Amino acid sequence: MTNGEVHTSKLDELRVVHQALPRHDQAEKIAGTTKFAGDLAFSGMLHARLVRSVVPSALLTRRDAGAAREVPGVIAVLFGEDVPHNEIRVDVPGQTVAVGALKASMQVLATERVRFHGEPIALVIAESEAALAIACELVEVDYDDLPVVSDAEQALAAGAPDVHPGGNLLAEWKIERGDVEDAFARADVVVEGEYRTQFVDHAYLEPEAGVGWLDDDGVLNLRVATQVIEHYRDVARILGVPDSKVRVIAPYVGGGFGGKEDMTVEPYLALAVAHARKPVRMQWTRAESLLARAKRHRNVMRYRTAAAADGTLLAQDITIVSDAGAYAYLSALVLLYSSVHACGPYKVENVRVHSRTAYTNNPPTSAFRGFGGMQVVLGYESQMDELAGRLGIDPGELRKRNALAKGDRLPVGQELLTEVWLSQTIDAVRERAGDKPVPSGHRKAVGRAIASNIQSYGRLVWLNDSAAAWIGFQMDGSLTVRCGVPDIGGGQASSLGQIASEILGVDMDRISVHFGDSALTPLAGTTTATRQLLMSGNATVEAATMLRDQLLGAVAAETGQAIDGLRLTPDGVVGPEQTMLVTQVLQLCRRRNVPIEALGTFFGPKGKEVTRDLEGERIFPDFTFGTHLADVEVDLDTGEVEVLRYIAAHDVGRAINPLSVEGQIAGAAVQGIGQALLEDVVVQDGVNLTGGFFQYLIPTATDVPDIEAVILESGEGLGPFGARGIGEPPIGPPLAAISSAIADAVGARPYELPVTPERVLDAVERGGRV
Amino acid sequence: MSGAHDVTVTLLVNGTRATRTAAGHLSLLSWLRDEADVTDPKYGCGEGVCGACTVLVDGEPASSCLTLAAAVDGAEITTAAGLCEPDGSLGPLQRAFHEHHAAQCGFCTPGMLLCASAMLDDADGHDLTRAEIREGLHGNLCRCTGYTDIVDAIQAAQTEARG
Repeated sequence: MTNGEVHTSKLDELRVVHQALPRHDQAEKIAGTTKFAGDLAFSGMLHARLVRSVVPSALLTRRDAGAAREVPGVIAVLFGEDVPHNEIRVDVPGQTVAVGALKASMQVLATERVRFHGEPIALVIAESEAALAIACELVEVDYDDLPVVSDAEQALAAGAPDVHPGGNLLAEWKIERGDVEDAFARADVVVEGEYRTQFVDHAYLEPEAGVGWLDDDGVLNLRVATQVIEHYRDVARILGVPDSKVRVIAPYVGGGFGGKEDMTVEPYLALAVAHARKPVRMQWTRAESLLARAKRHRNVMRYRTAAAADGTLLAQDITIVSDAGAYAYLSALVLLYSSVHACGPYKVENVRVHSRTAYTNNPPTSAFRGFGGMQVVLGYESQMDELAGRLGIDPGELRKRNALAKGDRLPVGQELLTEVWLSQTIDAVRERAGDKPVPSGHRKAVGRAIASNIQSYGRLVWLNDSAAAWIGFQMDGSLTVRCGVPDIGGGQASSLGQIASEILGVDMDRISVHFGDSALTPLAGTTTATRQLLMSGNATVEAATMLRDQLLGAVAAETGQAIDGLRLTPDGVVGPEQTMLVTQVLQLCRRRNVPIEALGTFFGPKGKEVTRDLEGERIFPDFTFGTHLADVEVDLDTGEVEVLRYIAAHDVGRAINPLSVEGQIAGAAVQGIGQALLEDVVVQDGVNLTGGFFQYLIPTATDVPDIEAVILESGEGLGPFGARGIGEPPIGPPLAAISSAIADAVGARPYELPVTPERVLDAVERGGRV
Repeated sequence: MSGAHDVTVTLLVNGTRATRTAAGHLSLLSWLRDEADVTDPKYGCGEGVCGACTVLVDGEPASSCLTLAAAVDGAEITTAAGLCEPDGSLGPLQRAFHEHHAAQCGFCTPGMLLCASAMLDDADGHDLTRAEIREGLHGNLCRCTGYTDIVDAIQAAQTEARG
């Protein structure tokens, strides 16, 4: 599908795909009938809650549940010694400081040592929430405080206390391409800057929750809010039972954003069910979610950029230090993403990237929409604007001159195999924006900026990613789709229905998509890494195409017509001579022993394991590009920032459902604006001070303007019908677009997020326009 | 479980009478969800900030997580399900939400709908601007949509109601 004209003519024939169809799951959510993870109840159901560390770093000298167990209604209090295999293990493939695969490990329940404020120590199971609340207060834990490491750079300094035996450097990556020193020596201009991002919480509206129960044949069921049903294997390992004895079901999830990628309630719920042998519910409070679930990494990013007088980028020298928090989780991989994306969507011949992630006693950090590829947008786009200013070149023009193109290679060596429509996205936001607005009054300043980005979609190619989907016709011509995709609100399940409908000619209201069940739906992998449309979407294309060909083959064999002349449409199988109703075709298939179902498996692009030096032909399947434009007004006396206008354009290859695509762009943009201006998980000496939404400020309806999403379609992407992934890409540009727009307004750049009024006023003062 | 501090509360929930005897300290949210199996009001923060638990108490929006069930004994409670037509199909405001793609994960949606419903009732003939709609929504957090589609939906519902 590389010929645009051919593709455009095929577009006209699409009935269901590429249409703005309101989703059925949405109708049910609006009617209030959707049963989320915490909404299910069983009679006689028990409740479970965790007792968590109140200090960030200590030896546990005593744990005593004597008084807690006496509380009426308490079933059990479990400690680490009661867990069959007291270890949560995250396999992180790839080269880190340890040779070979790093086994990122932590205890399910800490027994001797706690390393962060909120680390689980005991699991209490009771008949009621009331009994639970009392019992949790009565679990006694004595702590012997240890030194607290509260800053990643200090953690890497000589003499820092070890958070884990063996030192605080968890992982590092290095890129060295060309001759960086020479390029800096011959550059006409060099800019540099240090950019800092903060801890960010996912803040989905649905806190972590789930219900577990035992079923026939000893299968332990967990119906939980998760992006990864494949955690059933991790749960089985902890319980010491075969993988086949644990089933994870993901109902519609109330927001994920990466925060439900690692396990949350799963191991605890499973332990409680296995111990009590009764149904159990676990519901985390918002305070618990803010306290203890992994955050977005705090990054310190130092950039130096060299350019020629005409704006051509000559070299970049980048160092990144990220705060991994107390346990490894996915930090090594998040840092890999930061490293590969560090130079942005630009051609640079001479590149040095040195990135490190360090253990601290801060909350653990892990996956979050953008996965390390988003913080660096603040670095590379701030540099582009600094450079544009120094050279007197228009910022959009500077970006276009350096934009990557199809066939170019990234600094890590990966060739870009699909169209790069970066310039088109720059033009799109600017054309839409028109003239810069004028200030609304005295002591107000208006600024405008753009920010472009590159973000991968699909998992690292050496992970051998795959996804499967099963489609079967019912004898009445309706359709059943089964796919293990977790639906976290982005229309993941619905888009599979659209694809099946398109290829098999069945109307959407006659299709049921069953999803997110590790026992009953074919496994499709994680709803992470902007991979589901690419992976489960292509698996659905595969299954639907096989099934269509089975039906057409049966008709061809029966009637003697050539299969090439037959088409499966809503009216049935249409041939040059006759049309056969689908129900007739299905009966025909039965008579001729032709299956009326098909299992499709899609295998992602493959590649070699990356080394620490990140030299590879291919690291990611492909990338999505975009540009955002922000207009802001700054109050020069108070430092208050109002976002006046926000436009976001991305080349999505092909929009399977334009409503869902716009929704992803608008939602990610606002989440990014929140990080730029408002959000901060405040941690002081390892103590997490952020205990509620009254402290953690996500954008409200009055904090943001309408988001104007612009969808561009190059027709080139690796997903179904030429689609690219769009779940994560729009979250990075706001960090830079907002910061740079403020810089445009006041004459100096803020370097640290969130850009609070205090930091704005600092920039106002440095800008000297007062 | 029954106990010494239990109280009997009767509420008219979406037109159906429900009487439960439960602990006197229960919030309206817990009473609805855990005692009456009405699960469309959601627990999002438990401190009246996020709006996911918003219901109408005698027509007025309230954070059910901060309202004691016993304190509103006898009240009429409307949840998102109560905005549906008698046949279970979507009501006018809900249809506007559906057509304008105003829900993604859908967790904030029930509370958002009741906030919007009360806002439109209070407008009482006055045409709400987009800024006024945003002002009215600022106590209901959404993390998926970015709000634009929600504002569109409420504006469309308002226009439709004008005929």
